[in-house]
Amino acid sequence: MRVNLATLPFFDFSRREFLKGAAATAGAFVLGAYIPFSREAFAQEQGPAKGPYDPNLFLKIEIDNSVTLISKHFEMGQGVTTGLATLVAEELDADWSAMRFAFAPNDPAVYNNLVFGPVMGTGGSTSMAESWEQARKVGAAARMMFVGAAAAKWNVPASGIKVEMGVISNGSGHRATFGELAADAMKTPVPTEIVLKPPQQWQLIGTRLPRLDSKGKTTGTAVFAGDIRRPGMLTAVVRRPEQFGAKPVSFDASEAKKLAGVVDVVQISRGVAVLGTDTWAAMRGCDALKVTWDASAAEKRSTSEILAEYRQLAGQPGLVAPGRGDAAAGMARAAKTLEAEFTLPYLAHAPMEPLNCTLEVHGDGAELWSGCQLQSIDQLVTAQVLGLKPGQIKIHTLLGGGSFGRRGNPMADWVVEVSEIAKAIKGRAPVHLVWTRDDDIKGGFYRPLVLHRVKVGLAANGTITAWQHRVVGQSIFMGTPFERMAVKNGIDASTIEGVIDTSYELTDFAVDVHNAKSPVPVLWWRSVGHSHTGYVMETVIDEIAQATGKDPVALRLELLAKQPRDAAVVRLVAEKAGWNRPFPRGKGRGRGFAYHQSFGTRVGMVAEVSLTPETVKIERIVAAVDCGVAINPDVVTAQIEGAIGFALSTALRNQVTLREGVVEQRNFDDYEPTRMREMPEVEVHIVGSQEWPSGIGEPGVPPLAPAIGNAIFAATGKRFRSLPMGLKTLA
Amino acid sequence: MITLNVNGESHQFDVSPEMPLLWAIRDKLNLTGTKFGCGHAMCGACVVHLDGEAARSCSIMVGEAAGKRITTIEGISGPVAEAVTHAWQSLDVVQCGYCQSGQIMSAIVLLNENKNPTDEDINLGMEGNICRCGTYVRIRRAIHQAAKALA
Ligand code: FES
Ligand code: FES
Repeated sequence: MRVNLATLPFFDFSRREFLKGAAATAGAFVLGAYIPFSREAFAQEQGPAKGPYDPNLFLKIEIDNSVTLISKHFEMGQGVTTGLATLVAEELDADWSAMRFAFAPNDPAVYNNLVFGPVMGTGGSTSMAESWEQARKVGAAARMMFVGAAAAKWNVPASGIKVEMGVISNGSGHRATFGELAADAMKTPVPTEIVLKPPQQWQLIGTRLPRLDSKGKTTGTAVFAGDIRRPGMLTAVVRRPEQFGAKPVSFDASEAKKLAGVVDVVQISRGVAVLGTDTWAAMRGCDALKVTWDASAAEKRSTSEILAEYRQLAGQPGLVAPGRGDAAAGMARAAKTLEAEFTLPYLAHAPMEPLNCTLEVHGDGAELWSGCQLQSIDQLVTAQVLGLKPGQIKIHTLLGGGSFGRRGNPMADWVVEVSEIAKAIKGRAPVHLVWTRDDDIKGGFYRPLVLHRVKVGLAANGTITAWQHRVVGQSIFMGTPFERMAVKNGIDASTIEGVIDTSYELTDFAVDVHNAKSPVPVLWWRSVGHSHTGYVMETVIDEIAQATGKDPVALRLELLAKQPRDAAVVRLVAEKAGWNRPFPRGKGRGRGFAYHQSFGTRVGMVAEVSLTPETVKIERIVAAVDCGVAINPDVVTAQIEGAIGFALSTALRNQVTLREGVVEQRNFDDYEPTRMREMPEVEVHIVGSQEWPSGIGEPGVPPLAPAIGNAIFAATGKRFRSLPMGLKTLA
Repeated sequence: MITLNVNGESHQFDVSPEMPLLWAIRDKLNLTGTKFGCGHAMCGACVVHLDGEAARSCSIMVGEAAGKRITTIEGISGPVAEAVTHAWQSLDVVQCGYCQSGQIMSAIVLLNENKNPTDEDINLGMEGNICRCGTYVRIRRAIHQAAKALA
């Protein structure tokens, strides 16, 4: 079933506009949506004797003095709960060891993502940017309320009261902890004028604070969605079609139903679900099913045929994006031209935790336990399938075992599945839907397959006279509720982000697009369009350096002359990697450079590789990053390290290919993530900055593959214009 | 009836001896720290200890595990386990954390067998554990740190 999301009101607000204008518009949007403390919540609370209480919507302070951040954002490993807690604790003057986190209930009126509009969701590397002011104001408001409560209780002037490490005190011997004063603090008026600390007074922001989720995740006690156990729960595993777009017609469950533990078999719109008393029973039952499919509307082509169509499209002019100058005239001035075609494959997200969730239907509504990245969408689709009102769906957001975009699907495909299954069994038991790894790799919602054609005009002196760039691929945003955010005049901004908004100065620059169509579902995949545009741009820049005899770093600095923040990152990484020191070439060793800005964050990388005729080893990656204020520099470093590990197998070997419409990969043997021995040494350098923070979850991905490709070129003279490179690593 | 000894306690199950140990642990005992990643011995998310050896519980049948000492992440103890867990926490190895039970279970076995592993020993000992979040730099560092703490 295709759920109608047209009822959801989305603001017409592009992520990019936000990131560029964040500092300027912050006051307006934050105050509009900002509810630091709710009066209703105060009214419910009578005092600490009743145990834990919610003095406001973002904080829970308990009598044991613990301070729980109510996280509006989904934690999928990016460290967002630690980051948000840092902002609150900084302004509250809390003791870091007393900080905890919990996930907020689904209430977009309070917990909306300020970038997405009236929608609760996490993505686009927006979390710290959108919460930067709000979370600090929550902390500061709470602190002021504690000070006000102490002043009243002790009958002393507020000006003499200080707050340190969760303790409120004054010079004349009064002292109380947060827990002791919280009941009084809640009754003080919520301040309307909130002053934030100047950066010089920060004690937590910019320091290495330990992650709040480390303990649970190292002791087996952290609760992921798949760990939910409800009384009477049945586990469902779904057989889906081999070809995207095929539909189930009928099924024969006679063999499946003979198996111990198989309870029921039901048809849903995307396939046939087997319900069992445990996961293994459901998996075996699913294997024993016989399903007849209607494949009339299915994708039946192979990857080579799809690419042949892309090439044909690429031969014709596409939809024209707003470029700069006059590329045709610039091309006419060129002394020579450089032309290149790139293809980059469909990619599966393959988060370590395969998709899953649990849905329980009650008389008056339903509860969903899931690693929810887009709570508002998950709520709406559940309500629509079950025929309930969105307000009747309660969502419990749980830790996600990775996502990389997959758990934030505007089609909420697996939530639709669980809802249809629950409906088919008339809600008689809680349903725990489990995807296997094979389901995950073969299940679609891939990073789009794309083809780029680039033509660059070069003057005799080596300067760029024109840049013409054509991209062919499926749109991610079209047909989703986020369409208005990203699609203008038929062009999906995510198809060309990283090209059209390049930091490089290209004066005569033209970009056009063909939207290819296929039943293969596509989705944002860690760094979205930048995951392919970064590779193309940085490879072409390297080719230009080669063609014009320029040093790759010098060429980039030339093109970034008007972009001081970008240039500073390029200089920093070049310096730290010793770019100006001679590198022993020719002996199977190479060094390559790449730089890319995405989600407002600037990342440069130098890759050092060594090669034999069949294998490559990535020895070292030196990275530099400017993400504005590095709220927790250790988390920033970890995200860059992790992005390198994530992107490495993609550069070398990962791809989803179709053969007559059937996905050819199915598990970690033929879609193998990076392994320990392949991981290079990594050095991360962070630019000290007081700019508004930008994202860090995604921007480490785009520069890795081109840095490696450029290093391999330096060693061998071989260019990779398609990914994956198809190189083996040393065993 | 199958009897399994898990984390020092004996449990009886009425399940097929062919059920993978992983699902007995997760679905019958509700010990959810052991994770499902691939189901085919390719990722290590499901690693437990069987008589002190690392074993991928997705690919071992309960019938084979009966009579053995099964330890899951919830049941680890002793100086090596403590050193490993402490190193993991002090270096903030985790990101999503989903692979980390398995990583820790493999690292404990590695350090039990090799007090001072080289980088190459770590490559070999941790080869079967995938981390999709790419935390390998810190896993390596944490293993070295734990080895140092135990020396
Ligand atoms: S789930 Fe057992 S090795 Fe992957
Ligand atoms: S921490 Fe996410 S898979 Fe390892």
